[in-house]
Amino acid sequence: MAQTVFAPWDEPAEKPLIRFRNVTKRFGSFVAIDDLTLDIFEREFFALLGPSGCGKTTMMRMLAGFEDPTAGAIELAGEDIAAVPPNKRAVNMMFQSYALFPHLSVYENIAFGLRRDKRPKADLDDRVAEMLKLTRLEKFARRKPHQISGGQRQRVALARSLAKAPKLLLLDEPLGALDAKLRQATQFELMDIQEKTGTTFVIVTHDQEEAMTVASRVAVMDEGRIMQVATPERIYEAPDSVYVADFIGEVNIVSGRARAIGDERYAVEWQEGQTPLIAASERPFADGQPCHLALRPEKVAIHAEQPSDIDNAVQGKILDIAYLGNLSTYHVEVPGGQVIKAQTANTRRISRRSYTWEDTVWLSWTPTAGVLLPE
Amino acid sequence: MSRLSWFNVTSLTLGFAFLYLPMVILIIYSFNASQLVTVWAGFSTRWYGELLRNEAFLDAAWVTIKVAIMSSTLATVLGTMAAYVLVRGGRFMGRTLFSGMIYAPLVMPEVITGLSLLLLFIGIGLDRGVLTIVLAHTTFSMCFVSVVVSSRLLTFDRSLEEAALDLGCSAFDAFRLVTLPIIAPAVVSGWLLAFTLSLDDLVIASFTAGPAATTLPIKIFSAVRLGVSPEINALSTIMIAVVTVGVITASLVSKRSMVRKQKEERAAGQT
Repeated sequence: MAQTVFAPWDEPAEKPLIRFRNVTKRFGSFVAIDDLTLDIFEREFFALLGPSGCGKTTMMRMLAGFEDPTAGAIELAGEDIAAVPPNKRAVNMMFQSYALFPHLSVYENIAFGLRRDKRPKADLDDRVAEMLKLTRLEKFARRKPHQISGGQRQRVALARSLAKAPKLLLLDEPLGALDAKLRQATQFELMDIQEKTGTTFVIVTHDQEEAMTVASRVAVMDEGRIMQVATPERIYEAPDSVYVADFIGEVNIVSGRARAIGDERYAVEWQEGQTPLIAASERPFADGQPCHLALRPEKVAIHAEQPSDIDNAVQGKILDIAYLGNLSTYHVEVPGGQVIKAQTANTRRISRRSYTWEDTVWLSWTPTAGVLLPE
Repeated sequence: MSRLSWFNVTSLTLGFAFLYLPMVILIIYSFNASQLVTVWAGFSTRWYGELLRNEAFLDAAWVTIKVAIMSSTLATVLGTMAAYVLVRGGRFMGRTLFSGMIYAPLVMPEVITGLSLLLLFIGIGLDRGVLTIVLAHTTFSMCFVSVVVSSRLLTFDRSLEEAALDLGCSAFDAFRLVTLPIIAPAVVSGWLLAFTLSLDDLVIASFTAGPAATTLPIKIFSAVRLGVSPEINALSTIMIAVVTVGVITASLVSKRSMVRKQKEERAAGQT
């Protein structure tokens, strides 16, 4: 049975759960959010990704109700929520510091929001038990936050914010305080819980790997603006600006001038006296238009001899080799002095190093390997 | 560990003698059988018995305790509210001025505070008595409470309050259910500070006390002016004992809870 792909953003009839409409937020003269428009759909796991100070946390705090937009409107399920205070919003937040109440037990922390709704006792007990089970914390219900480990605290914070079954859950750098191994495991746990509960998650993170792992769509932000909103695959493989290409993963940027040579094919004059590079692009370029070819290191192959039958082959000299265990990255200086990174997977154990420093090698890639971007 | 040198031993002895010799002498003389304070005539607990039969002293002690409890409670409520607004209230007109002004009574000479309160009470026609002392003590101890509480609030993780709001609390509920329980130790120590300040205040109380109500420090001071009696020694010894027991208990309790918390945190790290 073929699974239907979850892509409500491609359905014109679908109504978004959250809608930012020309939202601007200023703190004094500082513009944190600059005329931003964005739709987030129900059941999405949406990631706001960007360097610190890009406005991602401000967006989240506006959704939670801790900040008001200076201009524009934020809609939740079709209603403007500007006038709704945080305690009346069907939105819950998991704080970066977890913000667990230190004087209350794990059980009481999770029950805190439910108690505010004046639920009957049995109802409340059931719901807390369900949350404890979901986050595998049954054994720790009676403990205080300082009596459990960091990973457990993270799960308590998650259980507490999910207990009221919010329409929207906000996660502010939820895994920032965990070590790398635990973080990876927790990422999958988060996705699992998101799927089980069917809640819409919006996560703020500066960790691109985390965003790529968990999210259905990623918004890359910079200086209060959204640079691109797309699925992780598209963000990585088809960035629409040099900023996004550079921000996500490693990339080689070769600058030059485009010249059309056929159907969606362009030659890039990048260095005098060198054969132009051939790149495919759906985006049209005028002849002589300045452009950048963004090329991921893992899509660049490295050869000892000049390869034949390939459109792009450039000779260079190895400057540096970074051995990462599973991968090796070669830094190759090409004519003109630019350094291009090429990555190879170390699929064999203790393979003989084929190349060493100062070796002259050839780099090659196909026309579709890179993305041609305008200035 | 290096052993104590003769120099260290000497300075230690001198220091402690300087601090405690007067009190030790007072305690010793409180067990003196003689009517004359400076002449030792054997051990006796006679003056403690006399003290218990002295109505005037007992009345003054009762007034002092009443005043201390009422004024420190009032000062704690007001001081905590002031601290909360000043730390949490965000920017409002004159905030810097207000936070400066709340500390002013700390450095204001007590004579001036006392005199101004006296003028105020006369001006509004309030008869001097327990009420006026309570008001006066509240005025000057409130700022101590607010200093203690606001320094705790400054290190308080704001996201705890936001989490409470986020989970459906009103601003007041967030304060009542989250902020207050967490800052409770600071509020309690603010109360204790106000309580002790009120207990041993002489200057302000003597401006604001009336014939109907006299506090213990005023009573002692006026009694001493007629000559030191062994009864006063006994009374002072009791006060020293009460304070000592209080301080030791408080430090033991806080140390034990700290050790337990550390132990639990270590255990949590291993699970």
